[in-house]
Amino acid sequence: MSWNKVAVVGAGLIKMGELFEQSYEQMAAGAFSAALGSVDKGLDKSAIDAVIVATQRGSLWGQEGIGGNTVPSAIGLSGVACTRVENACPSGSDAFRIGAMVVASGVHDIVLVIGVEKMRDKSTQEGLLARAAAGHPLYNRGETAPVLFAPFATRHMHDFGTTPEMLASVAVKNHHNGCLDPYAHFQSEITVEQVLASPMVCSPLRLLDCCPQTDGAAAILLTSAERAHEFTDKPVYVAGFGVATDHPYLHEKTSFVGLPATTLASGRAYEMAGVGPRDLDMAEVHDCFTITEILDIEDLGFVEKGKGGPASLEGETALDGRIPVNPSGGLLAKGHPIGATGIAQLTECWWQLREEAGERQVAIRQGFALQHNVGGRGSGVSVVNILTRNP
Amino acid sequence: MTDRTPNATDERPPKPRPAPTPDADSAPYWSAAREGRLVVQRCTNCGARQLYPRDRCLVCRGPVEWVEATGRGTVYSFTVIRQNYSRPFRDWIPYVVALVDLEEGPRVMTNIVGCEPDDVRIGMPVRAQFEAVSDEAGIALFAPVSGADSGADSGAD
Repeated sequence: MSWNKVAVVGAGLIKMGELFEQSYEQMAAGAFSAALGSVDKGLDKSAIDAVIVATQRGSLWGQEGIGGNTVPSAIGLSGVACTRVENACPSGSDAFRIGAMVVASGVHDIVLVIGVEKMRDKSTQEGLLARAAAGHPLYNRGETAPVLFAPFATRHMHDFGTTPEMLASVAVKNHHNGCLDPYAHFQSEITVEQVLASPMVCSPLRLLDCCPQTDGAAAILLTSAERAHEFTDKPVYVAGFGVATDHPYLHEKTSFVGLPATTLASGRAYEMAGVGPRDLDMAEVHDCFTITEILDIEDLGFVEKGKGGPASLEGETALDGRIPVNPSGGLLAKGHPIGATGIAQLTECWWQLREEAGERQVAIRQGFALQHNVGGRGSGVSVVNILTRNP
Repeated sequence: MTDRTPNATDERPPKPRPAPTPDADSAPYWSAAREGRLVVQRCTNCGARQLYPRDRCLVCRGPVEWVEATGRGTVYSFTVIRQNYSRPFRDWIPYVVALVDLEEGPRVMTNIVGCEPDDVRIGMPVRAQFEAVSDEAGIALFAPVSGADSGADSGAD
């Protein structure tokens, strides 16, 4: 039996991209308007009594000290409770999980979970990649962000025969899906040949194996399952969630063919939701690099360990495949504005479960969708949320 | 605007490799590497070996001591970096970031030097060499062991 104590009654995002013309607060306001406007029976914003903001790196827009509490004022909610959540790449998905627990606790009735991230205002040297090179001195050997995943690809290829074409097939699929998502950063088809001809960044990962740096914002409105029908006749429930950690330093990790945090977090989420991987109609997973999606679909139990490459190549994760993965275009095409990423993925799950995803709609048979992020230093943390439309 | 592409002509002098700031837990590791020795921690209670340095054993929380490592290991996995905007790394492109499994057990993150980046393979035997980066610290890099060298090593100890 699923947890189902909390429901999503509204969700929305802004078009992802390089949004130099929008401030952090303007992006937040856009996402909030989209979520508020999506509530079927309407929701008076004065009913919102808490805001949880997910922003991973305030320093990327010069606001590290303010920490998210500027958001309520920017969206006309000054006065409400507000807390910022930072938990690496799963910041947005963890803010959602925490929002669900806050509602379930009975302390707050209607909670806005909003993720906002400015990735492009700072130059690359001042941004994420430069900071990624400045880690613990013992392993400061010139690794960039892709180094957190490239050695996994090298080892996965060595142990299981995964090929560059299999990696490329993930990018091709997600860029295809992105063409069908009006919110995606990239909206053009690519081919396996184009991926394999793109510049090598960090072997075996090429440029088109990597997600872009994207600005964006996304927002979700949560309330209790009891109150959900005041706002919509099609609520989507929080079926379960899980969080787990792993060694943050690459040289302490025991395996380079999987991410144990994902396995642990999804195990906890499946148990809470009372379902398994075969009960899912679709999933939005963390594809910061093509190899990451291959690791994810193995670690989440969609395919056997080692089979993620062939499954991707053979279309098992396509929109019409056995288990559609990243119908939104994923991080590779929709983009990865870190604090917003998880909430944007959950918004996609919400649309899919309500069968409102337009051209990229997948078949909903069992009524469950899974959302996943993994990240931080050496994939040291993972969050998994499972949504359902089944009451 | 300054051209920031990695292959742009850069007439500034090479920037030195970043030096660590030794602390209470790690100072013995860095000073040993400064002297050309690789050391790892061993738990005096359960015998587990670990790097990087911590104040106690992560398995049983027992006290740890420093023991000398042979400096021999094998490449567990690696990547060849061809894009990096940060100095000094951009000056080294292409370079290899690798995980090396030491004979003593712990895995280290390092650079593989002394061969073409494209020649690095999983399972390749490598051996530590050291570079002083400050008065108090050196770092361990690894280079492939040649065939004859490898044979001689296997009979050592």
